[in-house]
Amino acid sequence: MKQTETAKKKISYDKIFPFLLISPTVILILCFMGYPIIRVFYLSMQNYNLKNIFANGYVGFDNFVKLFIKDELFWSSAAITLKWVVSQVGFQLVLGMIVALILNQKFKGRGAARAVALVPWAVSGVLVTMLWTLMYDQSSGLINDLLMKTGIISEKVAWLSNANTFFPAVVVAELWRGVPFFAINILAALQSIPEDVYESSSIDGCGKIKTFIYITLPFLKESIIFATLLRGIWEFNSIDMIFTLTNGGPMNQTTTLPIYMMKTAIIKGNYGYGSAIGVVTFLFLLVFAVLYIKLSHYGGEKNEL
Amino acid sequence: MNYKTKKQIAKISFVYIPLLIIVIIVLIPFLWALSTSFKTLPEFTSETIQYLPKKLNFDNYIFVWTKSGFAKYFVNSIVVSFSSVIIISLLCICNAYALSRYSFKGKNALIIMLLGTQMMPVILYIVPMFSVFKNLSLIDTPLALIIFNVLLQTPFNTLLMRSFVNAIPKEVDEAAMVDGAGKLTILIKIIMPLLKPGFVAVTAFGFIGCWNEFLVAFTFIQTQKKFTIPVGLKSMIGEYSVNYPALAAGSVIALIPPVILFAFIQKYLIAGLSSGSVKG
Repeated sequence: MKQTETAKKKISYDKIFPFLLISPTVILILCFMGYPIIRVFYLSMQNYNLKNIFANGYVGFDNFVKLFIKDELFWSSAAITLKWVVSQVGFQLVLGMIVALILNQKFKGRGAARAVALVPWAVSGVLVTMLWTLMYDQSSGLINDLLMKTGIISEKVAWLSNANTFFPAVVVAELWRGVPFFAINILAALQSIPEDVYESSSIDGCGKIKTFIYITLPFLKESIIFATLLRGIWEFNSIDMIFTLTNGGPMNQTTTLPIYMMKTAIIKGNYGYGSAIGVVTFLFLLVFAVLYIKLSHYGGEKNEL
Repeated sequence: MNYKTKKQIAKISFVYIPLLIIVIIVLIPFLWALSTSFKTLPEFTSETIQYLPKKLNFDNYIFVWTKSGFAKYFVNSIVVSFSSVIIISLLCICNAYALSRYSFKGKNALIIMLLGTQMMPVILYIVPMFSVFKNLSLIDTPLALIIFNVLLQTPFNTLLMRSFVNAIPKEVDEAAMVDGAGKLTILIKIIMPLLKPGFVAVTAFGFIGCWNEFLVAFTFIQTQKKFTIPVGLKSMIGEYSVNYPALAAGSVIALIPPVILFAFIQKYLIAGLSSGSVKG
């Protein structure tokens, strides 16, 4: 009788154990990430402005109506976000693939070359701003100097405020940091391709380009889908670099949706309207997230006890 | 031209030359900041650009370290990053072990939740939490940063750690279980010592993430003496908009820890991703 009881106790402890392990994280996430998301929905239906507290209160869908109908900056921010994400992910994929293929070759000093070529991954957005501000500076930047000396430009360009150059300039700075991310992901995937696949293709007499298209690419397909979606979302959300480099300007032309939300809520203190931008962003990303999880087939396990 | 020289030429033009270009593009911004950090202000603003400083003068470093408060920012960043990383590592081991060894109800929901946290812009969590943190008097405290660092870094590092747990054969657990060891004992006494590489990888990447975190610190820290390095740098842009050499010196100080850490542990990241930590 007693024995079965301890056995029962043991079974329930067995069942609880994994939950005990994960509970601190789950509680933290629910409190500090789950709750804020609910609260963002609540705030989005409020007039909640630190600068004008007397007008605060429930306003229903007013914020959204204003956002979709009257707010040109919202639509331009959405368009800029799209332009930003597409250009970042596109270039990062192509350049990251090239870098990964080169770093995957066998050569002397490969470890050191990898460490150097991939290191911008570890550099923060604010530091990217610092490094590239020094590079882009109109009078004392290295880029103007080199381009003048090689005769590519005839007068010094104000890269970050000139209407034709600020967007490409910001894109290049972020690419410097983003390409290594892609390269790391693709490099990891390249290493999981079994050697004998290549051996048989070289016996069959496939050329290098054919081998790449018919053997390497299909193996990389899943990693590419994963990295592209994840990177798309991260670039969508990125604030640090754009905020510190151009502060969303000139003329709001680098204001993406998260930057618009940050400026509205944190800088201007308009939490209600800022939250409405957040809700729209949330729903937009949710669609992406569902798509992403479906594509990546997450959760298949083999190593359970 | 025989086969060998042909191969040699191919290697130079398809591997070494592109590699050289990549390394140059990566290194130039670093080297330019390093060179600028040793220049005097007149040297920096002179009509013709000098690629190298006339001599190594450390005035800019001394200036940012003592006058601009970098000594404080550095200590603040260290305190916040270290405390966060300790918590992150512990949580990651627990989560990764549960995910790797057990099937339990809501496991997929947990993975989706972990991934979901990576999908949302951080600003979406910050805005609604501002008033909550205000009520809890967490504004302007390192604790606010530690909480967010733990939240932002734990999900990815859990998945990274899981691939390291997966690499330990489950027979190890089973053998210990047969010997009568309890579940917690197995985790602490048997699995954790085997997880050293995973532990190194997760602490390093967690540290880089915490060290670089800007948005939360920028929002929640208001007094200058509590700034972390990224916020301190940002405040310098406004303060010394002309003093680029000092800005460069501050950047170099901020760059040293993450760059050195990364150089040593990049192979772990590639290995961790390669064995399917994030791909599932």
